[in-house]
Amino acid sequence: MSTHDHGHDRPQGDVALRGAGGTVGAAGVPARFEDPGLEPHRPRRSDLDPKAAKRAERQTVVLFGVSILGTIVFLAGYFLLPLGSSEAILRSNLALGLGLAFALLGIGTAAVHWAKSLMSDHEVVDERHPVQSSPEVREIAVKALQDGVADANVGRRGVLKGALAGSLALFPLTIAVPLIGELGEDWDVSKFKHTWWKAGTRLATDPDARPIKASDVTIGSVVHVIPEDLEEAEHVLDEKAKAIVLLIRLDERDLKPLPGREGWAYQGIVAYSKVCTHVGCPVALYEQQTHHLLCPCHQSTFDVSEGAKVVFGPAKRPLPQLPIEVDSEGYLVAQSDFTEPVGPSFWERLK
Amino acid sequence: MKALAARRQDRRAPLVLLLLALLLTGAVYAVVAPPSADASAPAATGDDVETGRQIFQANCSTCHGPNAEGTEWAPSLVGVGAAAVDFQVGTGRMPMQNSGPQVLAKDVQFTDEQITQLAAYVASLGAGPAIPTEEQVDPAGGDPANGLSLFRTNCAMCHNAVGAGGALSEGKFAPALLETSPEHIYEAMLTGPQSMPVFNEATLTSQEKQDIIAYIEAQKEPSPGGLELGSLGPVSEGVWAWVVGIGLLIAFSVWIGAKSS
Amino acid sequence: MTTTTTTPTRTGRAAAATADYLDQRTSVGGAVKEFARKVFPDHWSFLLGEVALYSFVTLLISGAFLTMFFVPSMAETEYTGPFATQEGLHMTEAYASTLRLSFEVRGGLLMRQIHHWAALIFMASIVVHMMRVFFTGAFRKPRELNWVVGFTLLILGLAAGFTGYSLPDDVLSGNGLRITDGVVRSIPIVGSYLSYMIFGGEFPGTDLIPRLYTIHILLVPALILALIGLHLLFVVLHKHTQFPGSGRTDKNVVGYPLFPVYVAKAGGFFFVVFGVLALMGATMSINPVWNYGPYDPSPVSAGAQPDWYMLFLEGSLRLMPGGAEVVIAGYTLSLNVLIPAVVVPGLLFSLLALYPFVEAAVSGDKREHHVLDRPRNVPFRTAFGVAVLTAFFVLVLAGSNDLIATHFRMSLNDITGVLRIAFFVAPVAAFWMTKRICLSLQRKDRELVLHGHESARIVRFASGEYIEVHKPLDEHERWLRVQHEAIRPLEIEPAEDARGVRRKGYRSDALKQRVSRWFYEDRVEPVTPAELVAAHSHGEHDALEAVPVEQAPQLTGGGRHLVEPTDPDAGDRRA
Repeated sequence: MSTHDHGHDRPQGDVALRGAGGTVGAAGVPARFEDPGLEPHRPRRSDLDPKAAKRAERQTVVLFGVSILGTIVFLAGYFLLPLGSSEAILRSNLALGLGLAFALLGIGTAAVHWAKSLMSDHEVVDERHPVQSSPEVREIAVKALQDGVADANVGRRGVLKGALAGSLALFPLTIAVPLIGELGEDWDVSKFKHTWWKAGTRLATDPDARPIKASDVTIGSVVHVIPEDLEEAEHVLDEKAKAIVLLIRLDERDLKPLPGREGWAYQGIVAYSKVCTHVGCPVALYEQQTHHLLCPCHQSTFDVSEGAKVVFGPAKRPLPQLPIEVDSEGYLVAQSDFTEPVGPSFWERLK
Repeated sequence: MKALAARRQDRRAPLVLLLLALLLTGAVYAVVAPPSADASAPAATGDDVETGRQIFQANCSTCHGPNAEGTEWAPSLVGVGAAAVDFQVGTGRMPMQNSGPQVLAKDVQFTDEQITQLAAYVASLGAGPAIPTEEQVDPAGGDPANGLSLFRTNCAMCHNAVGAGGALSEGKFAPALLETSPEHIYEAMLTGPQSMPVFNEATLTSQEKQDIIAYIEAQKEPSPGGLELGSLGPVSEGVWAWVVGIGLLIAFSVWIGAKSS
Repeated sequence: MTTTTTTPTRTGRAAAATADYLDQRTSVGGAVKEFARKVFPDHWSFLLGEVALYSFVTLLISGAFLTMFFVPSMAETEYTGPFATQEGLHMTEAYASTLRLSFEVRGGLLMRQIHHWAALIFMASIVVHMMRVFFTGAFRKPRELNWVVGFTLLILGLAAGFTGYSLPDDVLSGNGLRITDGVVRSIPIVGSYLSYMIFGGEFPGTDLIPRLYTIHILLVPALILALIGLHLLFVVLHKHTQFPGSGRTDKNVVGYPLFPVYVAKAGGFFFVVFGVLALMGATMSINPVWNYGPYDPSPVSAGAQPDWYMLFLEGSLRLMPGGAEVVIAGYTLSLNVLIPAVVVPGLLFSLLALYPFVEAAVSGDKREHHVLDRPRNVPFRTAFGVAVLTAFFVLVLAGSNDLIATHFRMSLNDITGVLRIAFFVAPVAAFWMTKRICLSLQRKDRELVLHGHESARIVRFASGEYIEVHKPLDEHERWLRVQHEAIRPLEIEPAEDARGVRRKGYRSDALKQRVSRWFYEDRVEPVTPAELVAAHSHGEHDALEAVPVEQAPQLTGGGRHLVEPTDPDAGDRRA
């Protein structure tokens, strides 16, 4: 390691010009240019002018001062500013944050300024050596390994090697098997195929669980629906995640029920699963005029007037429809559970 | 054959009667009741209805038809109610300027008085939602926490979590709500303008509508965390992280890496 | 450095005594000798990795603060507190404690915001740092393994970000988890079981937050920390790369010593990074979970997107047409989810991870490289990198298509349609354009070396002809433009040897050669001294007879418009 002296032993002459001047013949021109070596060191203002150096030092001190001030602001903010309303939290956050920022930026900029203007800026050259170890070291290493292998006497003992590998490969199972085995709890994936809806379950508003009368649903309105008795479920959110339904009333003339589903709607009122058949986001954007349902996550678009078939986006299947009817008191109720699994596709969905 | 015809008649008769009765009730109601459906706005007088009719004839009838019965290009206004007029005209959406994916809000074209008169005229055509009272739309009367629950279930998917607006399909969009007056928000829920569904009394009670207004009003308070960055969620946060964060840090890096003069 | 005293001061004596005490017990002297004056080259782009490191340290500091107040539990509770819009809501302990630490712990909100901003900056700086390493060829031998370590850190960063983003259990992150569930379920055969494994039963369950918490605060940070250690160990072992320039070779490293210059600069930079993050946390709101409310499977909000580093995945899902889902023998194969969520990112990331090895194979270059490439000098690599970035960028745009639609008044459906095409076309176009630009820049370098800078000095000859005088490059400027070697396509041995016997391995060699041609066929060789000499004499040919040689230095350059003035005084008669 040596500080470069920035001098050049070679003459400063220009190769090209010498060529052009005819002093070096074509045969004498090297194949590649030569590295001219480090550029000469250019002194900084603070190297030449003691006043500039003094100024830089003062600036550094001021920056450290800013940091101290920042810490004081932080502590003052901490002890003096109460929390409470939004404004109070905003004030506290701003005071603490700006105090912290200045405390940190002060130290950072001071240190960098110090390094840049006051510490030596003479470039230093360090030699590199090939990363690979020297041939002698390699030889010793190979020898050491060979000796070790020989000492261990494993060369001809195939069964021993196999037993070692086998036991090492198997023992992690003692941790992995119970871990993985317990992670999925009951592993009953058939739950994907059933929801909380049963024949006669009343449709109720989300989140207040008010049952809905068919006569209250005006054309063009949309109601976010849950089963009325959802709260009775053991895992409410798990059931809600599957049971959420969108209730929409269209002008009956606009509705084109799919074959076999003629009785599933009631006076233009239809109910579809709100869980997207793509990856499961709640499909909740209903455009009243086009009868399109749009998923805000990946923009699959379903046409409610035609069995919620996909008209755009990454979903493939229509939203499952919940067959509905009206009970004796005029409330909307489910005829049954969904007739297919709701939500995103999975491997054994149709089995 | 005769017997069959008679039976058929038999079955239809009650239905026809019912329809007639309904029509009659509707007609009577329309004649007697409409002005009283609107308790809040300055009481609409017969004069208002007449002036409203004239304003309508001059400005709206080209599209909506001379008697607001609707045409090929524009819907019938019979039964849309005063609330719909107050919303559509009061936000400048009507009269519509040019067609596009959706009708945009713009400068309001009529005075408040004219809007009241227009609303009175349209309300006189058939029963519909009335303009809400000042009390009904007062944010102070709502519970913002319940408003959050209702807003995120019924509104946030289109209008964004805090009402900053969002995209619909084919160039349509749900507008931002932060500049909208509580009255217009209430009327929009009641009438379901354009793509927006209707939220009637059964879906969202008037108290619940007021809770939602209280929630939106609460969003006008400053965010405790600082600048809201448009309240657009992680995408705008990402843009700011790159522009401000990475921008500043690269600027500092260049300063640190540059030779001092 | 500023004061050097000959008589030891009191602090000096104390330092010496401490050093002596330590060295007698730890032989720390050897390490100090090795590291204290270790040389690091100076360049702003070498600090990008430090930004990543320091934002990680900031993440550890702010994260440790947050763990003191966060409750990783999905037990249900009812909120009572100062924030009106949440009063009386049912929520999990995780969400409630997030509100509490934001509103009722002084400095809690600041730490949360710093933590989240630091996460975004951590990922952004990793990406920028990786771009620097890629485009300058810093991944070449002997650093290929360190590239893989860095790549793994990127993936771990994604894991850390994803697990942390979901912890507050708000509606936004909950919907993110729901999408995760949908993607996991699409995996053939084991999908449903994997979903059960992750959520401890059905989605959302009550196990997830505690599980994510352990992964977020223990497993992933421990791995990141270990790999950062390895990453830096490699940097010390290999010594830092340096940009080309006079005096910089593969056999040396030119820069400033660790102590004191880099202790001050790099140490100071830590405070700068932390300071900038504090500034962001103080002034800019991030992830205001109270706007989204506690998780409930029913609601969703417009603008439902993940943090920026996951946005490409969201975009990929949005772009895929739905028709790809197929049913085979009664089993459902959701290619409409698998392709965008697993295959596309898998492909893009594999390309990234394996690139150094591919390049090493097709360039046939077995030498160590410590001097960086200027991106223009390796057109294929630069163009390839830009193409991959373009593909990512198209996906990010697709992930923000709803915001683009509302802000630029465009149709969501049109944007999606255009981006579907752009995903295939834009990377190819970007590749082609970048390669052309690189080659042009190289030609410009040649031009500059051969003919010098335009001096803006116009000279008129007696004959009336105008020329602009060109100023030759000094040797340092020139060296920067001629120091590199243009890599040529691989030459391979013929298929048959002298006796006409087909040689083994010919086919794989031939493939390698084909790829190599694709990489290196188009290239611009740097100027050789002979070419420079030729250029100058060419200028001479154009000149009229009596050119005084001593005029040459000021007017040299060669080329048609660089001819010497016929009249020696013409140079003074400026037009």
